[in-house]
Amino acid sequence: MTEQRREAASAVEPAPAPAPGARPAPRDVIFDVDGINVHYGPHRAIRDVTLDVHLNEITALIGPSGCGKSTFIRCLNRMNDLIPSARVDGRVLYHGEDLYGAEIDPVQVRKRIGMVFQKPNPFPKSIYDNIAFGPRVIGMKGDTDEIVESALRRGALWDEVKDRLDANAFGMSGGQQQRLCIARALATDPDVLLMDEPCSALDPISTGRIEDLMIELKQDYSIVIVTHNMQQAARVSGMTAFFTVELHDEGRSRTGAVVEYGETDKIFTNPDDKRTEDYVTGKFG
Amino acid sequence: MTGAQIAARAAGNAVIPRAAGGHRAFAALFRALMYGAIGVSALALVTLLYDVARDGLPKLSVDFLTSFPSRILPQTSGIQSAIYGTLWLMVVTAAIVVPLGIATALYLEEYADRRKWWNRFVEVNIQNLAAVPSVVYGILGLAFIVRGPLSLGRTVLAGGITLALLVLPVVIIVAREAIRAVPPSIREASLALGATQWQTIWKQVLPGSIAGIATGVILALSRAIGETAPLLVIGAAVNPRFNPDGLGSAFTALPIQIFAWTQDPNRDFVDLAAAAILVMMVVLLLMNSVAIFLRNRYEQKW
Repeated sequence: MTEQRREAASAVEPAPAPAPGARPAPRDVIFDVDGINVHYGPHRAIRDVTLDVHLNEITALIGPSGCGKSTFIRCLNRMNDLIPSARVDGRVLYHGEDLYGAEIDPVQVRKRIGMVFQKPNPFPKSIYDNIAFGPRVIGMKGDTDEIVESALRRGALWDEVKDRLDANAFGMSGGQQQRLCIARALATDPDVLLMDEPCSALDPISTGRIEDLMIELKQDYSIVIVTHNMQQAARVSGMTAFFTVELHDEGRSRTGAVVEYGETDKIFTNPDDKRTEDYVTGKFG
Repeated sequence: MTGAQIAARAAGNAVIPRAAGGHRAFAALFRALMYGAIGVSALALVTLLYDVARDGLPKLSVDFLTSFPSRILPQTSGIQSAIYGTLWLMVVTAAIVVPLGIATALYLEEYADRRKWWNRFVEVNIQNLAAVPSVVYGILGLAFIVRGPLSLGRTVLAGGITLALLVLPVVIIVAREAIRAVPPSIREASLALGATQWQTIWKQVLPGSIAGIATGVILALSRAIGETAPLLVIGAAVNPRFNPDGLGSAFTALPIQIFAWTQDPNRDFVDLAAAAILVMMVVLLLMNSVAIFLRNRYEQKW
């Protein structure tokens, strides 16, 4: 598994020379996001987001509701392309390649960059078919049984479901469904896992299991997680970006922007910006 | 308790105000009116069924189903050619309406950009077409399919196309609803795994909506089966003593045969119409039962 991962990572072209400043070495950057703006029709949803997402790291995106965290994470696998009115400007380099380049097919992007959603969304099929769907549609080589078992093991679900792979996924608990969705995303062997509030519909015990899982997965994957739960961000992530909402036109229009991005410890204990401090200490939001 | 409540209690009054008598009387009256409305429709249905069954049941027999209609002898007359004609029409109609209806519904739900005026134009027109009286489709069929550009003549194919046009809007509307019932989160899950839009539609959206679509198609076909006016206008055969032998054959259909018999001055032929109505009602009930069964058994609960 890890070997495959390294091969995949070494297969892509090296990133371009690093920009001056305190950025980490180019090898360690998986997403180099530069000045991203997203519009839905005339409305600007996020403004000038610039940050580097690090390889094999958990990056948390926190901030109040409506601050564009989900919009931003959907830029990273081109899910915003599915909204006809959405327009993305700016640059996202993935391993140094422009994700929004003219010759890039968003379908190919999503094969490399998996995503887990806020509400568990298993297919109305068996557990086995849920996992096998991705590998089948992208035409992955290899024995499907093995791929399914490996994905379920990585999703920390194998022992619970190995005797009922033919059972419908709708019969699982919410926490199991969400781990199934994680395993499903891992089955296609992506590079990155994007998680959009993956625990918001789960109880604390299921949430804990998913957090443990994330920390395990960090060895092999880079993870970006949107969360409303600041403790969760503090527990699992190495880097944290704090988003905020800017109100325009007397509150009729809201735009999200990054206030501060840095190591999670610093963001939570010694942030540079007053707004970050107010948010993480619970004075606001 | 608020001051008012305490005061009410002290005075021996109820804390919760009792319903005024007028309200209750009104509720009872309204309920009676609704029962009355149901009663009227139920009574009409029962009377109709009774009337048809009284005239038709004695005439029902295997011979009635397997004989060709006769102009002279009611006792040897039957509905074989009408049954075969209806079956032919159903097959042709279904073959046209299923792919066309589902494809249109998929386009409108999955591909069409609603900001474009032509997509909204198509949508509005489909809604309107569903409300057009069926005889208008008959006139259209006569002018463009039987004669005019297609000039297919009074054939099974012309009848099938006309009925397909008639029920196409209904099929599209029902199929769209079934497709819309598949949650967007399923599409997102599929696309996020690297599936193409077509793979997502073919492997997730269609399987998730097929029960609803099938139900709609069957209900639409059962409407087509009962249509008389458009077939009369395009010129279905009356009392043919042969079954259709292909798409280019002349045909009749159950409602046409029924219509022809009810027009006959001979009372015995009118009773045959009642018997044919019974057959048609059994077919319709069967089709609707299949539709309900499909919906209950296979419809995806999200």
